[in-house]
Amino acid sequence: MMNYIFGLFDALMTTRLWSRDAQRDRVVPPTGYTATLTLFSSAVMAFLSVFALTLSISAARLSVYWGDALANSSTLQISARADQMETQVALALQILKTTSGIEAARVISYEEQQKLLEPWFGPAAPLQRLSLPTLIDITEAASGYNVENLRLRLAADVPGAILDDHARWRRPLVQAANTLWAIGLFCALLILSASGAMITLAARASMSANSQVIAVLRMIGAHDSYVAAAFVQRFTFRTFIGSLIGCALAALLLITFTDPTQQAAILTGLGLEGRDWLRLIVIPVLFTVLALLATYAAAHRVLKGLS
Amino acid sequence: MIKFDSASYSYTGSELLSDITLDIASGAFHFVTGPSGSGKTTFLKMCYGELRPNTGAVQIFDQDLGQMTRDDIASMRRKIGVIHQDCQFLDHLNIVDNIALPLSVSQQINPNSETQLKELLAWVGLTNRVNAMPPELSGGERQRVALARAVIMSPDIIIADEPTGNVDWEMSQRLLKLLIELNKMGKTVLLASHDLSLIRLAKSHVQARVLRISDKRIRIAGADL
Ligand SMILES: Nc1ncnc2c1ncn2[C@@H]1O[C@H](COP(=O)(O)OP(=O)(O)O)[C@@H](O)[C@H]1O
Ligand SMILES: [Mg+2]
Repeated sequence: MMNYIFGLFDALMTTRLWSRDAQRDRVVPPTGYTATLTLFSSAVMAFLSVFALTLSISAARLSVYWGDALANSSTLQISARADQMETQVALALQILKTTSGIEAARVISYEEQQKLLEPWFGPAAPLQRLSLPTLIDITEAASGYNVENLRLRLAADVPGAILDDHARWRRPLVQAANTLWAIGLFCALLILSASGAMITLAARASMSANSQVIAVLRMIGAHDSYVAAAFVQRFTFRTFIGSLIGCALAALLLITFTDPTQQAAILTGLGLEGRDWLRLIVIPVLFTVLALLATYAAAHRVLKGLS
Repeated sequence: MIKFDSASYSYTGSELLSDITLDIASGAFHFVTGPSGSGKTTFLKMCYGELRPNTGAVQIFDQDLGQMTRDDIASMRRKIGVIHQDCQFLDHLNIVDNIALPLSVSQQINPNSETQLKELLAWVGLTNRVNAMPPELSGGERQRVALARAVIMSPDIIIADEPTGNVDWEMSQRLLKLLIELNKMGKTVLLASHDLSLIRLAKSHVQARVLRISDKRIRIAGADL
């Protein structure tokens, strides 16, 4: 293993792998069959991994959306007759202050409330006449607090209080989105490793089909790195082109079938937006690096077995 | 140049070559002879490091074959021109590319390579076949392409395994003449052949040593040819 890493490093450093040696490019005969198969399967694999990645990215976006919006916050809503309101609010604040797991509690001011309701009632609504409930914004500590306990204590002293802990009903959604994200990534990884196996098989098949070429090269004094590089170049290039084609097709399909103008799509739909598209570049890059490593390993293993 | 010290070789089971001790001197012309299946090819393969002895030792250019890595052996091959029995080429490259292959493999292509190739093609008489592909060649042409490829690196040793096996007498003489020329330039030549008339012909031009393989042993043959 260490030898293998050093060998690869050496090959990269002496630019054997990258130097444009026209003759070396041609020492492996152009075999239509394995070339087409490698191209085709890396295109298919890249196509699939685009969808796995898209699923993952969409799920991550949902998770962030649900999680961020109301992270660690709850609201206490207090309804009471106007003359009771002040004492009730003071009592509630007192209770909140003595509850462990609550970092801060703040009464939402009349102006703020007005701003919140403006979209529904317009700027000039006479809110005072509606006798609105008072809202207290609760910020939880990271540890969270015991909701049932707080409810019981509030019920005893502040009968008009309703505790709305939105974070709690959103948590399962966030969890589901996180699971989906992990599954998507896992699938992408599976696809990638299957591609690695496939490229290894193709490289080995090509090397046994070209055993005479290898024998000739060896007879005239070719080092293993030269022979390996000839195959590595071939397969890395094919995989790169194949995965590029697969990615492009998948992207085209995504553009065609997801409608970015639809508001809901951002929350529910499978799709990419903005910078997410840039992340797709990772796929051909990963496939190319994978092909490089897989063919290099396969070639060296085959060559080691010859002596 | 090449030293055998009690070397023996067996493919499977019984020994093919046994307890070989000999010294291939620099600059000499050697014939390797013996009946078909006696082990001429096997012996030559040990001379260029393709096979390692099962017991004993083989030294090539003062390096012990047993201590050499694959890449060491590959580097050593650049100083030994080999003409394989069934001379193999890269069939998808034309003969010029095939002849130039040792240069490219050892990254020694330079501006002079072009002239060197032209001279070599003229020397083996293939100037009018530059664009031919290996499968189109006749037996004699194949041998001459293989010879050109074997000498392009200016090796110290030329090893030819029955180069005259598939060609007529006239072509045999021509190939022998080329090998003798190389020997006169100071190259060590090892030539396997079971053709006694070829050996007799060579002996009239150079001082050739004849190594005869029989009964798993290699003996230096006397004047009884
Ligand atoms: N790779 C091999 N595996 C097993 N046996 C072999 C192999 N190569 C050659 N032999 C056997 O070794 C013997 C000698 O072969 P070889 O060296 O080619 O003889 P020659 O060149 O004198 O005809 C033959 O009997 C042949 O069948
Ligand atoms: Mg033979």
